[in-house]
Amino acid sequence: MTVSAAQPSHASLARPHPAPEPCALPHPHITGRAGISGFPSPAEDYAGRTLDLNERLIKRPAATFFMTVAGDSMEGFGIYEGDTLVVDRSIDARPGHIVVALVEGEVVVKRYELIGQRPYLSSGNALYPPVAIFDLECQVWGVVRSVIHEYAV
Amino acid sequence: MNTPMIGLVDCNNFYASCERVFDPRLEGRPVGVMSNNDGCVIARSNELKALGVEMGTPAFQLQPLVREGRIHLLSSNYELYGDMSARVREVLEEYSAGVEPYSIDEMFVRFDGFDRNSMLTLSRTLHRNVRKFTGIPVCVGVAPTRTLAKLANRAAKKRPEFGGVCVLEPDEVGTQRLLADTPLGDVWGVGRRLVERLALQGLHTAWDLRCADPRAIGQRYSVVLERTARELQGTPCFEMNDADDARQRIMTSRSFGRMTGDLNELRDAIRQHAQRSAEKLRHQGSLTRAVLVFLKSNRHRPDLPQYSPSTIVELPAPTNDSREILAAAQQALEHIYLRGYRFMKAGVMLLDLIDQPREQLSLLDDEADIARRERSQQLMATLDAMNQKMGRGTVRLGVARPDAAWQLRCAHRSARYTTNWQELKRLR
Repeated sequence: MTVSAAQPSHASLARPHPAPEPCALPHPHITGRAGISGFPSPAEDYAGRTLDLNERLIKRPAATFFMTVAGDSMEGFGIYEGDTLVVDRSIDARPGHIVVALVEGEVVVKRYELIGQRPYLSSGNALYPPVAIFDLECQVWGVVRSVIHEYAV
Repeated sequence: MNTPMIGLVDCNNFYASCERVFDPRLEGRPVGVMSNNDGCVIARSNELKALGVEMGTPAFQLQPLVREGRIHLLSSNYELYGDMSARVREVLEEYSAGVEPYSIDEMFVRFDGFDRNSMLTLSRTLHRNVRKFTGIPVCVGVAPTRTLAKLANRAAKKRPEFGGVCVLEPDEVGTQRLLADTPLGDVWGVGRRLVERLALQGLHTAWDLRCADPRAIGQRYSVVLERTARELQGTPCFEMNDADDARQRIMTSRSFGRMTGDLNELRDAIRQHAQRSAEKLRHQGSLTRAVLVFLKSNRHRPDLPQYSPSTIVELPAPTNDSREILAAAQQALEHIYLRGYRFMKAGVMLLDLIDQPREQLSLLDDEADIARRERSQQLMATLDAMNQKMGRGTVRLGVARPDAAWQLRCAHRSARYTTNWQELKRLR
């Protein structure tokens, strides 16, 4: 990931959004195909210029926010402490989505599920049972489109 | 002929709303945003207004309420506000190529080529989507002229039955009722002194002015007021920069003769705009707290890479000194400039204006500060006098190197959720 360094001397300045960093590295040009069905890879749309992860992960910049995961409640879904969530507010949440939700004043990341026709927010950790949301004050803040897990290298 | 409509999208309690997007506990609570160094209230949620807290209230007076947990006071977080403002603009640009930011929280949207009958549906879509996509609640006012759009917006905000959206057709009965209920002081660009003079002639409401003969108004008062009268009748007369609501913000911007990506040319343009804005600021006796700089690439050239950034630099204290404003503007430009893009337009906006107090009352000021301020005022007065006598641009300031990083006191600033990797919202 290209992460622009924070600039302490410009502490009162906002990063432009989005900020495409100029990148002059010659990347290997891969024209892959997704599976064997012959569907063209979405990456082919960008053939001819350097691939841009922003383009791949962010469908609607104005509605996309990054958030950081704390704790182990979502490990069962492959979401770990310190991971970066790409959250898109423009999507309507459907069962099965990983969502950012407001539950009684707290902001949480959970999986939105129907259990016996009733809506629940489930954790990916047996220690935390699903929370029924039909009698809670609860609101979906946004839908998680992807999770970025960075390894220590 | 189907005159195109124009919309005014105004964010509700913008600074407080930005804070609420990331801190839901602030929802429904009295929230105030403070200026960082001089410590007074510069933005309020409706709940704080209802408690009778005025703009400009010194923060220390509110400390008892803060300690009791009855209100929330936050330091201003201009990085967040600037980013959220850009997001609101971006959502609107999905619907119109003619989005013109009027201040950090207000944008005009031109609906050229849209069917007039579809305006209500479209406005409701904008209203819903800006809220959904960005989290910022807005009101939408739509009408054939900017003056009417302003009034429509005000109605959308004040009257719950409109649901945040109001479309005004000039000749409808409802419009007449609304104009008759609007005192002239609430009409765009009609100042206090003018209101008094008009009252002597029996003109009290927007409807009175609309029914007056515009030419007679023009002869008796001013060309601007004549245009206002015509705009109330539904004939567009104002362009973006004509009627400045200069009490709230000052903007200077211009399109380049030809597109440019040259940093030196951009510096020069920003320098001119900043200096001109500072002149306007002093002319009306105000001080500014923050400087916004924006660049625009050409949206009508989809073959070129698009990049229309903006950013805000907060000033250490309210000022009208060209040198400080210029330094802040240049700092902002250096920060957003990227090579490889060509820009069509550049501009400078001064935000969060206050009236220049007769005497500065700051506990932090020592004698050196006071002396420096007096020197600054003399210098600026001389500068303005010379430029007035000998033509604008006679005396110009060079490009100042930005000072060392200003140390702002911002103990209660929320995280820079959208502009700093280290400060992202953390979730369990």
